[in-house]
Amino acid sequence: MGVGSDEALFQSLLRLGDNTLVLGHRLSEWCGHAPALEEDIALANTALDLMGQTRHWLSLAGEIEGKGRSEDDLAMLRDVWDFRNVLLVEQPNRDYGHTLMRQFLFDHFHLLMLRGLSESSEARVAEIAIKSVKEVTYHAERSAELIIALGDGTDESHRRMQDALDWLFPYVGEMFETDAIDTEIAAKGIAPLPADLRPAFDAQLGAILDEATLTMPSDAFAHKGGRTGFRHTEHLGHMLASMQWLQRAYPGAQW
Amino acid sequence: MGMDAPTNEKPEWPLWEVFIRGQHGMSHRHFGSLHAPNAEMAIKAARDVYTRRKEGVSIWVVPANEITASSPSDKGPLYEPAEDKVYRHPSFYKIPDDIGAM
Repeated sequence: MGVGSDEALFQSLLRLGDNTLVLGHRLSEWCGHAPALEEDIALANTALDLMGQTRHWLSLAGEIEGKGRSEDDLAMLRDVWDFRNVLLVEQPNRDYGHTLMRQFLFDHFHLLMLRGLSESSEARVAEIAIKSVKEVTYHAERSAELIIALGDGTDESHRRMQDALDWLFPYVGEMFETDAIDTEIAAKGIAPLPADLRPAFDAQLGAILDEATLTMPSDAFAHKGGRTGFRHTEHLGHMLASMQWLQRAYPGAQW
Repeated sequence: MGMDAPTNEKPEWPLWEVFIRGQHGMSHRHFGSLHAPNAEMAIKAARDVYTRRKEGVSIWVVPANEITASSPSDKGPLYEPAEDKVYRHPSFYKIPDDIGAM
């Protein structure tokens, strides 16, 4: 495939930073709209954690790329086709059940990935992961608790959570997709192979969904194309339009 | 944003009183109150609402309806008798500095 080593690391860092950027922005869309004040603040905290992680990943990505692009340049001045986040995180918030289910599915992947990255042979990557893993441990605990409470809650909450799971499950597979970039990065001990994280994810997901009385969909079909940038869903462009408009309309604006 | 119309019946979550012990605090202090469906979620909500700026190292939550409060109308008989008994205040001797927190 001819990916140079810096290019592979750059792409891997974009995958990490774009996941947290896009999901962080999605969560921030709830700010002031969540169903309870306590949930509003909790989601905003999670969004801020993810934004903080984004800053680390994207500024390191810019450094590795070596073209003088800052974290802000990468976040605000790339268009859809240059984003490398998985399709799951760009899915719209829909209702609160969908938002929580999306968070739950991502958190448990994210936690496993960060634990692996904490032992990275690349010191700068390990450092970011070690800091992030504490935040994400809390995210994963919180989302699991809510999935259990709502799945095993009222008829309506159960139905909404099962709908959300059925809707979002086809976006799970992409998180564990493994290509030449992942293989190269894993061979150097920089990051775990995503595919290797799947068994632990499935076990954890199964246990929590059981407790939540939710049924894991059996269809293994997976939408793909986000982390390669090959084909994002139509939702990302709309999200970027609202996220990036200020830097696009007033380049270099600061306050 | 919601996919279904909200139902009219919307039972509120119970109210919890939140007590937090600060970094250097010796005891938990009342910080405020919040709504949560159960004690575990109340702890998490308290963490998110009240410890964002490193305010605490320990959280207690107590169902607000489990707290028995004194009646404001009993103020006279409860507290006024202490007003003229200054000798009850430990202010007539000096506490040495090296004794630390009491």
